[in-house]
Amino acid sequence: MNILVCISSVPDTTTKINFTDNNTSLNAAGVQYIINPNDEFGLTKALQLKESNPGSKVTIIHVGPATNDPVIRKSLAIGADAAVRINTEALDALQVSGEIANYVNSNPYDLIITGKESIDYNGAIVPHALGEMLGIPSVSPCLGLNINGQEANLIGSVDGGKEEFTVLLPVVVGGQKGMVEESELRIPNMRGIMQARSKPLLVLDAIGCKKAQTVVNYDSPAPKEACKMVDSNNVEELVKLLQNEAKVI
Amino acid sequence: MSILVYIEHTNGKVKKNVLEAASYAVAYADKMNTTVFGVAIGNVNDNEIDKLGNVGVTRVLKVAGHDYLNHQKVAAIIASLSSDQEVNSFVFAGSSEGKGAGPRLAVKIDAGIISEVVDIPSSSKPIKIKKKAFSGKGFANIELANEKNVIIISTNSFGVHEKIVDLAIEEVSSSGNDDSLTHKLFDRDTEGISLPDAELVVSAGRGLKGAENWGIIEDLALTLGAATACSKPVSDIGWRGHHEHVGQTGIAISPNLYIAIGISGAIQHLAGVSSSKTIVVINTDSEAPFFKAADYGIIGDAFEVVPKLTAALKASKD
Repeated sequence: MNILVCISSVPDTTTKINFTDNNTSLNAAGVQYIINPNDEFGLTKALQLKESNPGSKVTIIHVGPATNDPVIRKSLAIGADAAVRINTEALDALQVSGEIANYVNSNPYDLIITGKESIDYNGAIVPHALGEMLGIPSVSPCLGLNINGQEANLIGSVDGGKEEFTVLLPVVVGGQKGMVEESELRIPNMRGIMQARSKPLLVLDAIGCKKAQTVVNYDSPAPKEACKMVDSNNVEELVKLLQNEAKVI
Repeated sequence: MSILVYIEHTNGKVKKNVLEAASYAVAYADKMNTTVFGVAIGNVNDNEIDKLGNVGVTRVLKVAGHDYLNHQKVAAIIASLSSDQEVNSFVFAGSSEGKGAGPRLAVKIDAGIISEVVDIPSSSKPIKIKKKAFSGKGFANIELANEKNVIIISTNSFGVHEKIVDLAIEEVSSSGNDDSLTHKLFDRDTEGISLPDAELVVSAGRGLKGAENWGIIEDLALTLGAATACSKPVSDIGWRGHHEHVGQTGIAISPNLYIAIGISGAIQHLAGVSSSKTIVVINTDSEAPFFKAADYGIIGDAFEVVPKLTAALKASKD
C-alpha cells in the first residue's frame, strides 16, 4: 500500500502567542516548530499500517520552504520512507490543498492522511478540500482507520458521537488523537536519525495555486480582569455571582 | 446576490449552533442590504424549520428525500441547488457536518473559504473578516480574495440574536448527490448535550485522582444541565474518553460557563477553553496558573467543594 502523509510545521503547543511588526506577524523569537500534532497522530497510524501490510511505503509531503526541513527529517527519522517538499510558502488551505492535489494527480496513492486541522490556523479545510480536488472521499476528523484490501473502514467524529463508513480506496483521512493513542507516538532514536539523513527528500517547484485568504493582521484576546476569589466555605456566593453578575446560569 | 445558510439538523432537530449561523447570515445580509435564504435537506420537521423565523430568516428551501446525509452529500446537493441562484456567501455552523461540507462545496463551486469565523465582515471590498487562530490564543483579520465565499462560524462566537419574522417554506428538489461514502452506523448521543455546542461545561483533571471519582462531576453537570469534559492527561490515562478532551489537541470550546475542577491550566489546555465567556476554577493549589485565566476561583479540595456547590445550585433552584 502506498501511503502519503501531509504534514505541516507549527509552533510548539507550549508557545506563548505574541505578535510583532504592528501585529502583522507571529513573534517567532524563541518559538520551537514541531510536526502539527494532528498530523503526527496520522503519521503514526500510517507507520503502523505499513508494518502490518508488508511492501507498503509511507511518503511525507510538505508545502513550505527549506527552513521547515527539520519536521520532514523528524518524520523520516520515526519511520517514513521518503519525502516530497513543494518549495513555496504555505499561504492558505486552498493553495496548500491545490499544490498537494497537483502532486497526487501525477503520483497516485492508495491512502492520503492529513491532520484534522493545524493548531496554528485551525481551518480544518485541507482534508476535505483535497478530497474534493482529487474527486475522492474524505473523512475528517477520523478516530479509527482499518484497511481491508481495497476497502477502508473508517470511524468519523460527529457532534455527540461517531459514524462508521466503508469506502473504496483511495480516500483522504484527517487524523487526530484517538486514531492512535498518545502513548503510541514515536520518538526518533539515533539509528532513525542517521537513516533519515540518507532517505530521499525530493524538492519540487510549486505550480502557483491561488489562495483565498490573506492575513492583514492579528489581535490578541482581551486580557481577563483579576479572578474573584470565593471562600470554599461559601459556595452559595459563587452561585449568586454566576446568576446575578455573570448571568450564565 | 444573496446569502445561503445551511439548516443542518440532528435527527430532525435544529440545534443552537445552526440558529447562530442563521443569525450571522441575517446580520451580514442586513449590513450588505441583501437577502438570506436557508436550505434544509432530508427529514426535518417544519416545526423545527420554523425556529429560523425567530432569528430573521424569511425563506427556507426544503429538499425532500435523503433520509441519510453526510458532509459529501450536503456539499453536492447545495452545489447543485445553488447553481441557478445568485449566491455569494454560503454560511455553515461550525459543526462536524458544516466543517466537512463547507470545504467540499467551496472547491466544487470555485469559491473562497474561511472557517472559525467570529464576526461579520468589517468591510466588503475587499471582504475583511475576523477568525480565531492559534487554537484560541489569538485572532486573525483576513482579507478574502474571492467575492463568492463559504463562511464557517466558530460555535458560540457570534450568538443567537432574536428577530421574529414570517417564514415561508418551499419544497424543492435537487439533482446533486454523492454516494462515495457508504454509511454503516451512527453511535451518536442525540439526547445528551454535545460538548462542542454546549453552553455550560463542567470539566475535571488529574486532581480527581481516579475515574471512579467522576460521580461528583457528573452530579454537578446534571444539576446545571451541562456537558462534561476533561483535561488531556485524564483522557490519555483513559479515565475519560477522547471525545471529552478539551484543549489544543482536543476539542476547542467557547461555552458561556466553563467550570474547571482539579485542572492546573497548562497553556495547551487554556488554548482550547480560554474563549469561554465565564471561567470558574476550583483547585487546591492557589498557585495554579488557571486562576490567572479565571473569572471566579475557589481554593479548595474538589471532593469537598464540588458536592457543596451542587447542593447550593439545587437549593437555589427550589
